[in-house]
Amino acid sequence: MREAVEKKVLNENDRLAAELRQRYREQNILCVNFISSPGSGKTALLEKTLGSFAPGTSVAVLTGDLQTDNDARRLMRYGFPVRQIVTGGTCHLDARMVERHLNELGFRGPGLLLVENVGNLVCPSSYDLGEAAKIVLLSVTEGEDKPLKYPGIFHRASLMILTKTDLLPHVEFDPMLALENARKIHPEIDYLALSSKSGEGFDLWLAWLAALQQKTRQEAPATIS
Amino acid sequence: MHEVGIASSIIESIEAEARRRPDARFAAVGVRIGELSNVDRDALAFAFEALTRKTPLEHLRLEIEWCPRRQKCLACGEEFVVREWELTCPKCGEARSSCIGGTELDIAYLELEEPCEKP
Repeated sequence: MREAVEKKVLNENDRLAAELRQRYREQNILCVNFISSPGSGKTALLEKTLGSFAPGTSVAVLTGDLQTDNDARRLMRYGFPVRQIVTGGTCHLDARMVERHLNELGFRGPGLLLVENVGNLVCPSSYDLGEAAKIVLLSVTEGEDKPLKYPGIFHRASLMILTKTDLLPHVEFDPMLALENARKIHPEIDYLALSSKSGEGFDLWLAWLAALQQKTRQEAPATIS
Repeated sequence: MHEVGIASSIIESIEAEARRRPDARFAAVGVRIGELSNVDRDALAFAFEALTRKTPLEHLRLEIEWCPRRQKCLACGEEFVVREWELTCPKCGEARSSCIGGTELDIAYLELEEPCEKP
């Protein structure tokens, strides 16, 4: 006898993610989730991003890794609250980890919450963290066909950032081919190219983030003035 | 790579159902896995078998339905399966379509053993 169940496998994670999303909305927090292969430049992008903010800006970072707090130590130098999530072998962050570390960090909105996922193009894409946008990074030292090899994350990401563009003269990488492949999977995906080292293209990234923050603010519940 | 976690989530759901209905005997669980879900069928089947071995759920079968990416044309409403990343509508040629399938990661059904006939 067959009985219909019809529920999400990651039902529990989705429930927690919905709670986080609600919290972000109430506190006017913009949360973005950075996903890429290991070594595509997530931490370097965050460093440069934090370095561009004025002291006192309301921003916090959660950074995930299987082991070590090296990334948190790199990111703490900028004077903003940072918390390392050591997953101890788990290949992705889930909503429960984010909730726990966010509570321990004591971060409250309004503000910006940057979540650096574990370096992995596969597993993190299955887990909703309540974020407003997933951002996928692809560095010019990888292959242009990565969007076709890992369609799940390119399908779910709102923005693709091509990183390490300062290396373009030294590698055979065709940015337009990479973008074309990404848009085969996700025709509406936004695209930016930048170098966290030289700063080229960084103004466009900060503008993209500011625009999303503006949009989040407008969607936030009205506060009594 | 995260199929052990996915298999654990499926098993937790069934265990919760089993606690709720101690008399039911489950024979199989049906799941739907989309091609954009980033879950590997073989790895999931392997993880499920490994995690249920020598447990009360040892005999539970995992039945996987694989779901290809499907789009719906924004112009004529045609629904079609995507092959070779072709998102253009095969019926009217419209380039814009929305995704309506392929991201599934669902528990679809439970198969219950028939209760024994009383003599």
